[in-house]
Amino acid sequence: MDAGDLSAIRLTLELATVVTVLLLAIGTPIAWWLARTTSRLKGIVGAVVALPLVLPPTVLGFYLLVAMGPHGPIGQLTQGLGLGLLPFTFSGLVAASVIYSMPFVVQPLHASFSALGETMLETAATLRAGPWDIFFSVAVPLSRPGFVTAAILGFAHTVGEFGVVLMIGGNISGVTRVISVQIYDHVEALEYVPAHWLAGGMVVFAFAVLLAVYALQPGSRER
Amino acid sequence: MRCSRAAVNAELPRQAPSEGFRAVLRRDYPGFSMNLDLRLPGRGVTALFGHSGCGKTTALRCIAGLERGSTGFVAVNGAVWQDDAGGIFLPTHRRPLGYVFQEANLFPQLTVLENLHYGYRRIAPVSRKISPVHAIDLLGVGSLLERRPVHLSGGERQRVAIARALVTSPELLLLDEPLAALDLKRKREILPYVERLHDELEIPVLYVSHSPDEVARLADHLVLMENGSALAAGPLQETLARLDLPLIFADDAGVILDTVVAAHDDAELLTRLDFAGGSILVARRPEALGRRLRCRVHARDVSLALDHPERTSILNILPATVVELASTESPAHVLVRLRMNDIAVLARITRHSRDVLEVRPGLPLWAQIKAVALMD
Repeated sequence: MDAGDLSAIRLTLELATVVTVLLLAIGTPIAWWLARTTSRLKGIVGAVVALPLVLPPTVLGFYLLVAMGPHGPIGQLTQGLGLGLLPFTFSGLVAASVIYSMPFVVQPLHASFSALGETMLETAATLRAGPWDIFFSVAVPLSRPGFVTAAILGFAHTVGEFGVVLMIGGNISGVTRVISVQIYDHVEALEYVPAHWLAGGMVVFAFAVLLAVYALQPGSRER
Repeated sequence: MRCSRAAVNAELPRQAPSEGFRAVLRRDYPGFSMNLDLRLPGRGVTALFGHSGCGKTTALRCIAGLERGSTGFVAVNGAVWQDDAGGIFLPTHRRPLGYVFQEANLFPQLTVLENLHYGYRRIAPVSRKISPVHAIDLLGVGSLLERRPVHLSGGERQRVAIARALVTSPELLLLDEPLAALDLKRKREILPYVERLHDELEIPVLYVSHSPDEVARLADHLVLMENGSALAAGPLQETLARLDLPLIFADDAGVILDTVVAAHDDAELLTRLDFAGGSILVARRPEALGRRLRCRVHARDVSLALDHPERTSILNILPATVVELASTESPAHVLVRLRMNDIAVLARITRHSRDVLEVRPGLPLWAQIKAVALMD
């Protein structure tokens, strides 16, 4: 394994960690709102969040590239704020990954929050807990399996992405070249041995992740 | 009759009673309208009784602020919790109440002790009038403190839930059929604890139930509900003896007697219980002399005789006077309200017997009580 491989692994883990933290911070309120609201916007927001599940990554990546570009609305905004342009930077990769992996975090949280039921939350209210207090003292602890599943899926999905990364990040060593891109490069260059190492590692990683998720399903948890 | 919202608002009381509880709730639901005006004294158990779907639970939820959209006024001990006409609506967590649901709803991730502390920690130290130690003792949950809810029986869970509500030192305790989810054995196990609450708590308790037995045993006051309104409200004994209401109790019509253990006859294995209307004999009781015992006498267990019956197996034959008669849900029967001194007792006799004996108001006769149910 050469320096390029190690750099790709390090970059991938960095990206996935940052994206997972951001996703939990952004996805939790969205999932809570989706689980509790009676608003008519619920369907629209739910569909938008789930869009990356069905769209080809290149489609998403293409529109993000255009939006983040010098003439796109996000590009104008980031330039106006003095942040420069996001495409082909680590920040751009993070922003795109957050959008791309959002459903994998929001959906398990949404399911978890919906399963809580109204009565536990009402009981907490009759015991003098206000809305924020109820969220942190009742909803979060009771949804712990949902949070673990959401974090694992968000992390794993970010590690595994390729199309969006290539569209937004390109292929810059140490900046945007993640494992999946590195494998592609190896194969292009007919370097099958390092490709095997990285690809095999990804298979083992993916299996371990899914094993963890299934072991945490409700059913095996204490009720 | 439907009222416009403005008219409803205009009728709402704006004055909070300085002691006790007052709730006026009005709301239109699909199928029925809630129209309730409840006044409770500063202490004692008031049973909210009625068939399922009559709005009992909804009333409790409105009082707790869990249900919005009702036009209402809720005040406890001089503090207004809700006055929609005046734009006041305290959210549930700012109302000093205790609420026990049908299901215990204990937090599964916490131990029993942590569950008890959940509400206790959230009230100001100066408002802590009931300590966890006191509540643990009152509900007998001392041996369960380290356990998790999943390892408790249904009755134990419900006792913990009541204790958890108590340690928030509520000014009003709302119990929503807390025994409904329990089987008969568990009910028997938990009832004595609920009775202790009744004796020891200095706050009003609103107890929703559709079980005549629970009401007979626990309540001081009774509110009969039907279709979102109160049919009748008042002290338990008086309300139960009203002839216009027993339809709601159907076959369970009857009265409550508050008696005192007066004498034991160990030779005959009998105990004499005295009440304001006379004395009754029951099978030997374990209670000491002077103990108070609540008995229930079903109307169907009381028969009438014009002459004092001799040579009968019935032990309890008391002089009584007919006050009034009313028809029942069964066309063959009538209900008769009797007076024994100042105590009202109901008898259910056939229409035929009424005609043969010429039972009419003012007639003195003998009431034969075939069975007395003791609430123990």
